[in-house]
Amino acid sequence: MFKIIKYSFYDLMRSRWSYVYFAFYFALGFVLLFLNNDINKAVITLMNIIIVLTPLIGTIFGVMYYYNSKEFTELLLAQPIKRNRIFLGQYLGVSFSLALSLVLGLGVPFVIYGLFNSPAIFDFVLLLITGTFLNFIFVALAFNIALSNENRIKGFGYAILMWLFLAVVYDGLFLISLVIFNEYPLDKISLFATMFNPIDLSRILIILKLDISALLGYTGAVFQQFFGTLLGMIISFVVLSFWVILPVGRIALKANKKDF
Amino acid sequence: MRFFLILFLLVTICLQANTIKVCESCKIKTIKEAILLAKDGDTVSVKKGIYKETKINVDKSIYIIGEDYPTLDGQNKTESIFAAKAIDFVISGFIFKNVGLSYTKEIAAIYVSNSTNFNIKNNVLEDVFYGFIIQSSNFGLIQNNKITGKSINETTSGNGIHVWKCKNLRIEQNIVKGMRDGVYLEFVNNSFISNNTSQNNVRYGLHFMFSNNNEYHHNEFRENGAGVAVMFSKSIKMHHNTFHFNWGAASYGLLLKEINDAEIYDNIFEQNTIGINIEGCNRISYKNNHFIRNGWALKFRGGCYKNIFEFNNFVSNAFDLSYNSKLNDNKFEANYWSDYTGYDLDKNGIGDVAYRPVKLFSYIVNNTPETLILLRSLFVDIINFSEKVSPVFTPDNLIDAKPLMKPIEL
Repeated sequence: MFKIIKYSFYDLMRSRWSYVYFAFYFALGFVLLFLNNDINKAVITLMNIIIVLTPLIGTIFGVMYYYNSKEFTELLLAQPIKRNRIFLGQYLGVSFSLALSLVLGLGVPFVIYGLFNSPAIFDFVLLLITGTFLNFIFVALAFNIALSNENRIKGFGYAILMWLFLAVVYDGLFLISLVIFNEYPLDKISLFATMFNPIDLSRILIILKLDISALLGYTGAVFQQFFGTLLGMIISFVVLSFWVILPVGRIALKANKKDF
Repeated sequence: MRFFLILFLLVTICLQANTIKVCESCKIKTIKEAILLAKDGDTVSVKKGIYKETKINVDKSIYIIGEDYPTLDGQNKTESIFAAKAIDFVISGFIFKNVGLSYTKEIAAIYVSNSTNFNIKNNVLEDVFYGFIIQSSNFGLIQNNKITGKSINETTSGNGIHVWKCKNLRIEQNIVKGMRDGVYLEFVNNSFISNNTSQNNVRYGLHFMFSNNNEYHHNEFRENGAGVAVMFSKSIKMHHNTFHFNWGAASYGLLLKEINDAEIYDNIFEQNTIGINIEGCNRISYKNNHFIRNGWALKFRGGCYKNIFEFNNFVSNAFDLSYNSKLNDNKFEANYWSDYTGYDLDKNGIGDVAYRPVKLFSYIVNNTPETLILLRSLFVDIINFSEKVSPVFTPDNLIDAKPLMKPIEL
């Protein structure tokens, strides 16, 4: 399995896309810091980008990689290697290379601009951790979709739709339900609802750490009590891990049964 | 001729004030004793040491000066240390400790009532319940005092400088920390509050009630429970103050309630949950203020008419403006908004497209506060954009028709 991870990883490294992705974050980090010159503010702006972009790129990369390396996968399947290992190896290879681009691309400019002397370091690290989680989650979801759809166009369509749903539509439905059920106590429900969307979960995790919490008033107090404590932190990361483990589990299961 | 000269000298010597010294090894060992002996115009000079005295009545025009900061120990008795009721007196240079606490009697380190022309300066008050209570007095100067308290909640704590029914006071260069209200003014007119620092107070840094024609400037208010409150007052000038880090679920930089004809200019509001909370305020001019990284820069609670906002900076606030009615009678013109995305083709520094400071999301949050957890979500950005293009929910005429392209310099 390690060999396959290594292979996928180097394959992506050679394919230039990783470099483009890395260069994008690298430039973004520098431009943000150049315009703001304040790490604190840059972290807030960065959050907006990471929350939207990391899942999108993870999704597209995941789907694209699966379809592109399909022939090679079929070749590998003819070898005496466990199916699980092939697919999980590919998944981990893609995820690691994307995560590496993200962490290095953003990390280097921030370190150069004196991150280690800034109090924003914890916020920034949290940002990178959630970004990495989102990466792993969305690549896994994308692999799932690709495994279930032989048709490339369909697969791409579903993947983009999934991203659109989680990044935009879910929040819309959430907002509408909050407005409609205005009269009811909604704080527990909304806390619960955020757990079902990894993008929302990471967004709230970050904005509460970025001290916007006081804005949230009473609802904020409930959220702060939950996410602000160590237990809440642990629970949210456990939920995020579930968001990784469940799709990956399904990849393994699906890969074993699939007819090639 | 010589006779006259001698007579003149004698008269001046007789008129000259005496200095009465108080110290542990002196003939006079207590301040009370010294005040009894003193005549109008005399100076009571208190040397370094610890004096366990309370209820020192100041009823003459005398100067009570502490040298090298003598300590007055109130021994936690329910009595004020100084109780002054006089014309022309000075209390300066003391450290006050163990001042008593009472929920029924008005006691303070220095209690001043029915006095004129007084001067309280350079004192240090440690862990007091009430610092100064000034009542029915005129023409006083309270300067350069340092007041600290250990307040935990509102009901069991007192105010740093508590002023009631006074006129023509000056409160300058004081530092007040950890009290209920840093400075509390009720029925106080024509007074100036300047260059004070008020921080970590449980309730307000500065609190006005029913006080007209006052001016406060160059003060710093930080990390107070709820910021600064100005209520039911007319014609107050507020300028060059800094309100920052008043951060909490029910906190704001400045709370205005039923304020008319005020002027608010050159202030800095930074990182407050709400920069200014405005309720029932009319004819207020806001100029050259800087709102930086607040939750809400301005929050209107209704009943506000004919207010003018011009040349203010709104930079990186989560919401620039929250407005709760569809009617707008306030004028926003020539402000800088960091969220403004318009263009300036004729390069005159004024944006060619009007800016709408009220976003749809801020309207939704006003109605359903829980929705705030969707802050910074992509969906919210999308609906804000569509509302910007064609406003439906936000007041039609609430626009800044001449938004500035560059921020106003600090």
